[in-house]
Amino acid sequence: MNIKNYFNNFIDWLYSINLTKTVLIAVVFIWFCILIVLPLFGIAKAAFENGAAEFFTSLITSEAQHAFKMTIMITLLTILINTLFGVILSVVIVRNQFRGKAFFEGLVDLPFAVSPVVAGFMLIVLFGRNGLIGRLFEMHQMKIIYAFPGMLLATLFVTLPFVAREIIPVLKEFGVQQEEAAYVLGASRWQTFWKVTLPSIKWGLAYGITLSIARSIGEFGAVLVVSGNIIYKTQTSTLHIHQSFTDFNYTGALSGAIALAFISFIIITGMQFVNERR
Amino acid sequence: MKNNGMSETSNRNSEYALQGISFFYIGLLIILPVLAITVEAFRGGVSNLWQNIVQPQAYHALILTFTIAVMMTIMNMITGTMTAWVLVRYHFPLKNLINAMIDLPFAIPTVVTGVMLVLLYGQQGFIGRFLEGHGIQIIFEKPGIMLALLYVSFPFVVRTVQPVLLEMEPDMEEAARTLGAAPSRIFIRIVLPTLIPAIITGAALSFARAMGEFGSIAIVAGNIPYKTQVASVYIYGELESNNPQGAMGLSVVLLLCSLFILVFLNIIKNKNHEYKKLF
Repeated sequence: MNIKNYFNNFIDWLYSINLTKTVLIAVVFIWFCILIVLPLFGIAKAAFENGAAEFFTSLITSEAQHAFKMTIMITLLTILINTLFGVILSVVIVRNQFRGKAFFEGLVDLPFAVSPVVAGFMLIVLFGRNGLIGRLFEMHQMKIIYAFPGMLLATLFVTLPFVAREIIPVLKEFGVQQEEAAYVLGASRWQTFWKVTLPSIKWGLAYGITLSIARSIGEFGAVLVVSGNIIYKTQTSTLHIHQSFTDFNYTGALSGAIALAFISFIIITGMQFVNERR
Repeated sequence: MKNNGMSETSNRNSEYALQGISFFYIGLLIILPVLAITVEAFRGGVSNLWQNIVQPQAYHALILTFTIAVMMTIMNMITGTMTAWVLVRYHFPLKNLINAMIDLPFAIPTVVTGVMLVLLYGQQGFIGRFLEGHGIQIIFEKPGIMLALLYVSFPFVVRTVQPVLLEMEPDMEEAARTLGAAPSRIFIRIVLPTLIPAIITGAALSFARAMGEFGSIAIVAGNIPYKTQVASVYIYGELESNNPQGAMGLSVVLLLCSLFILVFLNIIKNKNHEYKKLF
């Protein structure tokens, strides 16, 4: 009798848990842990095994430091230029009417779909010594490819869509009514932009900028192809990590990877912060 | 009145100026590079370009990339939709943390991803050592490429499906349930059709990423010709050995693939728009 009661209770309990829900959560949880969390543990474990002293000595080698400075410089310039052009692009795409607008808007997305290596190659063909534009600069003794300007161009290319893609939907939803109202009340175009448009897009803009920062710091393929990867000259942090890895300098690669992974964590926290306010 | 007319012209002018700046920027960074590589590719003749593509090593790299990209995209469609569903519909511990960490692959540099995977699954790594004992090798083999691609493209499907699920009104599902439809039937007949445009969009984005991914694969795959060399690594190798003409074939194929995906995404976007307008 007692056993039968227990059995019935057990069957009731089985019915009470939602089987689909439990299985789905478990599957997603396990997949997420294996794919995303486990590699983080791997790198943390390796970091501790190697010891802090070694970690810092490989971080402050002059090569690593020079590479890091390059990364910072490229990132800062990229953010500056792409924020400016990203905002202009979005305003033009949302507010202006012109022939071929849909095509133009589609072009903005191209860097999302193009392989970074192909992107770098395209820039070499255009800006290299024999390229259409490269030849012009060559005549004035200016080098773009295998030099800093080329690396900047490559980073600008891969991050081009981020700011625009975040602002365009916000601008579309925001509409023109408030801007028109400001304008009718006598505000200049410039004032309207600063006081009305910009406040409405600021969080979208912030999110786009955060994504651009992450990509600029992390970009590898496009920059590698156009840089020539010259130590102390055209090597960024990601290039330095790759170089250390292929030279079997695992401690160097590991330290660089940990430093960049740490920066990524800061960025993703920033993304969360901005996302909650969007 | 006069003042109004004047500001109208200055308005028009600044509009043109902004448009001009935009055209210049897109022209310099996107249109000209694409045109330049196209002209350069066809300068040696179509048959030369074709030879570049079907040359055995390149062809093998291309087929390998395509096969792995297709497999990975299918896996992402399933796991991505499931993840989005679980994150939107259920409540469970650590949910917010997981939701925040979905974007991690977008924030971590691809080279770092590669190093992390080698540390974990390589010969020295604690999973790698275990698998090695059972005769399974992941790093410098095809499974490593697969893992790297799954890692870098994980957020795409999740982040396209999630907002659609969040916005979905529950009334249709409730109506179906009241009328006695089984949960599986409700999912297949009501939820899935609404999600499909989002799933396909996410899938197309991850496919594009998989076809072009370079950084993580360059570290993880070992890049052995005819074995683990993917298209982007092949292109890089040709450029490294100063043979841009040899890199041209696959570059054009990858570029065409990207353009095709962009057009495809635009069609879905427009279709979806019409579909929404109907209701």
